[in-house]
Amino acid sequence: MTKEPTFEESLKLLEERVDSLSRGDLPLDQALAVFEEGLALYRRCHAILADTEQRVTKLIAAADGLAEEPFSLE
Amino acid sequence: MMDTLAVPWEPGPGVPQALTVSQLARLIRETVRSNPLLGRILVRGEVTNVQSAPAGHVFFTLKDATAQVSCTLFREDAELLGFDLEDGMDVVVSGDVDVFPRKGTVQLLVRAATPAGVGAFWAAYQRTRKKLAAEGLFDPARKRLLPSFPRRIGVVTSEVGAVVHDIVTILRRRYPIAQVVVAPALVQGPGAPASLCRALAVVADRVDVVILARGGGSLEDLWCFNDEVLARAVATCRVPVVSAIGHETDVTIVDFVADVRAPTPSAAAELVSPDAVELTAQLNEASRLLAREIREILSVRRAWVKGLGERMSPRGLRRSVDTNRARLEEMRQSLASLGVRGVARHRERLGSTGRRLDLLSPLATLQRGYAIAEREDGHVVAHAADVVAGDPLAVRFQDGRIHVYVNDEAPK
Repeated sequence: MTKEPTFEESLKLLEERVDSLSRGDLPLDQALAVFEEGLALYRRCHAILADTEQRVTKLIAAADGLAEEPFSLE
Repeated sequence: MMDTLAVPWEPGPGVPQALTVSQLARLIRETVRSNPLLGRILVRGEVTNVQSAPAGHVFFTLKDATAQVSCTLFREDAELLGFDLEDGMDVVVSGDVDVFPRKGTVQLLVRAATPAGVGAFWAAYQRTRKKLAAEGLFDPARKRLLPSFPRRIGVVTSEVGAVVHDIVTILRRRYPIAQVVVAPALVQGPGAPASLCRALAVVADRVDVVILARGGGSLEDLWCFNDEVLARAVATCRVPVVSAIGHETDVTIVDFVADVRAPTPSAAAELVSPDAVELTAQLNEASRLLAREIREILSVRRAWVKGLGERMSPRGLRRSVDTNRARLEEMRQSLASLGVRGVARHRERLGSTGRRLDLLSPLATLQRGYAIAEREDGHVVAHAADVVAGDPLAVRFQDGRIHVYVNDEAPK
């Protein structure tokens, strides 16, 4: 299973797409492919930002060392 | 009834003239100034209500359990003090008592001050500070940059209270992508330094950056953050540490050692997290650039194709048209000349044939004045011997026929 790129990685990939397009030395079909990829990365980053629910945990001492349990603000 | 009313005191005969307020204030000041017990004195008390005037003078109140006295420290003395007066500090000050007639207040004009009591703490603070500074632990060069996109953010603080709440709320709003790991610790009291060190150590292995925070409190409350062991733990922490201890004016040893010192816990949360709004703007900018670049690439290609087309059309096409037109003209001319020649030839042939036809035509013969004798049935009588006298014949002239009878016969 390939690991989903993180937001940071996706953003970096997106910026690479922009850079490689801006160099302007790609054949047209490749440029279009790069553009499509960039668009997909943009949508992905956008979705991550919009949809992610923050996970907050609390470190606790457990029998076998440390554990994290959900932490909520009351 | 009237004599039960309170009668205001008023100077009667023999009562000396009343003092003016200014006179009274001057009298108090002279009394105070001339009393050797009130000059060059030492006073110990707790500093509160420290206010720095823009001119550099410092005003504060020195108090104990049951009394307080206003103090003024002039700039030149403040600069020589060697430390900043802070609320809650236990100090011994030296100075003179004086009276400020304008405000009617008695003040202590402080010439010098040294920490006392907590001053034991204070001395320890200074010792630790000097020691760690000498070791280079406060060196700006060893401060680490915070990660731009932390995946996990550690928060070492009390698990109850406003601080953890503020930090988590701000992180949730700004950067929900990151996970937050709260490592609860005691943040005051004798057990606090060890508890903080432990929490820092266990959370550092699990996160990209740590916020070490505590809300505002008294000097004693914050004292654990001046602990040398804790300071060293912060300095050697595996990941960058942002400190946010007390209020902005509180500066602890941990603040000096931390990679970044935040003025408040909320500010610390903002420092460690990129802002989702800014990120969205950054994303939109990237997508705008993406669209611009592809448009530009397409328009360059389009211009190129158009250029090719233009290079082909005006010159190339014109040349081709011209060539074709020339060929066409050439063909037309040859066709025409061929045609002319052909017609002439035919006409020529036709003329000669016609002429031959004319020569052979009997009509031509008639036109030359000859006549043709025919029988009734139209057969030409070519020989005289073919007729006998009395035969009806027709004679054809060029302008018509007449009927005749033969008179005689050809001699046999």
